[in-house]
Amino acid sequence: MSSDKDAMRNILIVALSVCFVCSVVVSGAAVSLKPERLANKELDRNKNILIAAGLFEKGVTNDSQVDNLFKSFEVRVVDLQTHQILTLDEIKQTNIDFSRYDQRKAAKDRSMSVALSTTEDIASISTRANYSIIYLLKRDGELQRVVLPVHGYGLWSTLYGFISVQADGNTVSGITFYEHQETAGLGGEVDNPRWKGLWPGKKIYDEKGNVALEVIKGSVVSGSSKEKYQVDGLSGATLTSRGVSNLVEYWLGDQAFGPVLKKLGGKT
Amino acid sequence: MTNVKEVLFDPIFNNNPIGLQILGICSALAVTTQMSVALVMCIALTFVCAFSNLFISLIRNQIPNSVRIIVQMAIIASLVIVVDQILGAIAYEMSKQLTVFVGLIITNCIVMGRAEAFAMQNPPGISFIDGVGNGLGYSIVLMAVATIRELLGSGSLFGLEVLKLVNNGGWYNPNGLMLLAPSAFFIIGLLIWALRSWKTTQVEESEYRIGGHTSFSRA
Repeated sequence: MSSDKDAMRNILIVALSVCFVCSVVVSGAAVSLKPERLANKELDRNKNILIAAGLFEKGVTNDSQVDNLFKSFEVRVVDLQTHQILTLDEIKQTNIDFSRYDQRKAAKDRSMSVALSTTEDIASISTRANYSIIYLLKRDGELQRVVLPVHGYGLWSTLYGFISVQADGNTVSGITFYEHQETAGLGGEVDNPRWKGLWPGKKIYDEKGNVALEVIKGSVVSGSSKEKYQVDGLSGATLTSRGVSNLVEYWLGDQAFGPVLKKLGGKT
Repeated sequence: MTNVKEVLFDPIFNNNPIGLQILGICSALAVTTQMSVALVMCIALTFVCAFSNLFISLIRNQIPNSVRIIVQMAIIASLVIVVDQILGAIAYEMSKQLTVFVGLIITNCIVMGRAEAFAMQNPPGISFIDGVGNGLGYSIVLMAVATIRELLGSGSLFGLEVLKLVNNGGWYNPNGLMLLAPSAFFIIGLLIWALRSWKTTQVEESEYRIGGHTSFSRA
């Protein structure tokens, strides 16, 4: 019996059949649960846009409430090369269906992105999509908030999130990350509501118009001249904190959304 | 019947996988800052441990000796991926907080250890019970650690505020160390000490004795 069990033929049969059954089970689960996972992901992204804009209250638990609140946003497309918000005509000229636009896929597509040189690539993202979708919150025709998608490399993973800026184009009103693989309890604390609560009210640009907003190591000294530009670092997560600083510097800087924000702030 | 009881409840205190065998520590450090997260992890691990034991036991007489570990790993890994997918579909928030640690159940020594030590030698029914028992043994330690860490570190239990924090205008100044991994080491160490003071049979005999200092007169 035992010699029979260990025969080469038996080894191959057992190995192959175990692999076959396992792969069927795994792919079955992956395929059948995919719609739910994708729906969850999208809902989570919309929820994060709401959180970043400060619209998400604790009472909102219902998915349809999220969808409803989300309708108050105007969705716009930014051309990151010219740093302009596109008009409807310009959107038509691009021949891109922005209702299905995926910035992450676009960043991997050479025809739809640019490679960044080492000096440009502060946030370690290597390529950047040419277009980005931003969300404008308007009340009675007046701009309230601009929600911008941001991403950049932390310690283990790319952090994907949103930063919301007030109508002056210079004051942060919220930040949130909806996807990352940082260490739970350390870098993963970028999700901590208390830490995210440190961001609103911080200023982005100094007098010269450079991005001064940063996450520092340790706590901000209250009363210092830089207080309004600085956010406490996450303890035990220096590299994640630095990653957040870098992505803020890149995306709010002149290379990406900086000119858009300055224009919005100057106009209204 | 007594046998089933023994297999199910022995791993909880008498032969606890974390307390006595000191297995599965790394996830115990990582996911115990919040009770709700720890609970989901416990359920996931118990599920994987029970079903991997069941399936491995079902085919134990067919598994060739030379590739048995790989076969066990394939079964365990598949179960873990399925659990990860299910979590992503029904408990998205949780799966986001657990990040890689669900995937790391694959390398959890408890699952592997039970598959190799128990399921390879015993019939499916009792193997399944053994998996559940060991899952529960892991869970009880994890939940105990998570309770202490969340209460002292965040002043809450299952996310509900119990001790009012200074930040929210209360009196409790949270202990930040409790949110960092080392605190789980201290707590697990204290738990093991308590367990072994209660059940003295679990105390291991020292492998050697440290002699006293040599005095000058003898030297």
